[in-house]
Amino acid sequence: MIDVLIIGSGIAGLEAACNLYESGKEIFLLEKEKNVGGNVQNWDTLFPDGKNARDIISYYMQEIQARQITTYLNTYVTGIHKCVDGTFEVHTSRDIVFKCKTVLIATGYSLFNAERKEEYGYQIYENVVTSADLEKRFAQQSKNQLPNGKPLHRIAFIHCVGSRDEKSGNHYCSKVCCITAVKQAIKMKQLVPDVEVFCFYMDLRMYGPGFEEKYREAQEKWGIQFIRGRVSEVAETLDKRLQVKAEDTLAARPFKLEVDMLVLMIGMESQASTALFQKSCGLKCADSRFIQPYQHHLDSNATNVKGVFTAGACIGPLSVFDTINHARSAAISVSNFLAE
Amino acid sequence: MKKFGFTTAQSRSIDYDKVNTKLIKYIIENESSFSTCISCGACTATCSAGNITHFNIRRLNIQIRLGKYETIKQEIDKCMLCGKCMLVCPRGINTRNVIMLIKKGLTTLDLSD
Repeated sequence: MIDVLIIGSGIAGLEAACNLYESGKEIFLLEKEKNVGGNVQNWDTLFPDGKNARDIISYYMQEIQARQITTYLNTYVTGIHKCVDGTFEVHTSRDIVFKCKTVLIATGYSLFNAERKEEYGYQIYENVVTSADLEKRFAQQSKNQLPNGKPLHRIAFIHCVGSRDEKSGNHYCSKVCCITAVKQAIKMKQLVPDVEVFCFYMDLRMYGPGFEEKYREAQEKWGIQFIRGRVSEVAETLDKRLQVKAEDTLAARPFKLEVDMLVLMIGMESQASTALFQKSCGLKCADSRFIQPYQHHLDSNATNVKGVFTAGACIGPLSVFDTINHARSAAISVSNFLAE
Repeated sequence: MKKFGFTTAQSRSIDYDKVNTKLIKYIIENESSFSTCISCGACTATCSAGNITHFNIRRLNIQIRLGKYETIKQEIDKCMLCGKCMLVCPRGINTRNVIMLIKKGLTTLDLSD
């Protein structure tokens, strides 16, 4: 019987897999996509120090290959069933039933679909992109101009798209979008020095080490303008520019601003599979639909179901830094449980 | 407030010990969502009345919290109750009901200190 079945091979699953392997556990890794790496594969650089995201992925690829950890790709988990003896049967899209002592959920998050905030015009206006789209453009080192070849003079970032928003059903903060906007705004200034960059925010949450310093750099060195006001709607002008409507709440005046490109800072949502786990084994989820840790401080990897553990952003939005740490602690929690 | 080494001109400062909270309490009792406002200003940005007048619905919240009713009385009639502010509010506040409660509170409550 498998000791640990790890669901998801993003950085959380990979980090936990390496650690569990080192402690001599028999592990299997399941991945719903055609390759390992998860969301981080789509990023260009990581905040706050600008580390190349591809380095992280290739590091884990090497680690996994060196240990010859068995990985099932294109395998989607359809249900986790707890047996009377306390072990688990995990059903998948492959018609294989995995029998295991513990399950480690490392399914991460899915990105908010910006089309749901129709008032911002994603997929309606051609120069509205998401933070994820921009990251791909950076990674492909595509020319920094609009698709129609026109140069960029002014761009704006809208924070909290699909986060802290009752209207999209996500009341929680996605944590990483503030610092991501700062990172991307700086990158835009580096690529196009003459571009004017605006960030529209409700609150700026620079919670991690080095984040506040990055925010300060954005103001001081790059002249990025931060305006405290939530954008209410966006309209396209005849020349395909975008008119943004907001209130500068610190000046207490509404205003309109025309920009060439608009970047929506999309948040994180719980994976659809979490609901399947909830249904099949009674896993407890928080109001945010992410998995509820058993104990927030002392046992954040355990869940209400004995033998089911979590690693990474399946418990809520986490940065790469936080995800890796949470995955390492997951390996310890699972090992301790198996030793009992 | 006790003096402790620095002074602020009284006409410039807010005295939280003396704020008249009658209207804010009445609104929150009847529309508790109003207490969740984070002053993001989306309501003001989209406001039909705010496009053509100085009406600022976000600022009303602050004025009511500070018990400043004099200006509200004139301001509140600029609202056309179109409800666009309700559509954009990220906290899901029933702003139209808030406006109705302000109107009702101003006419039916005894708001004297």
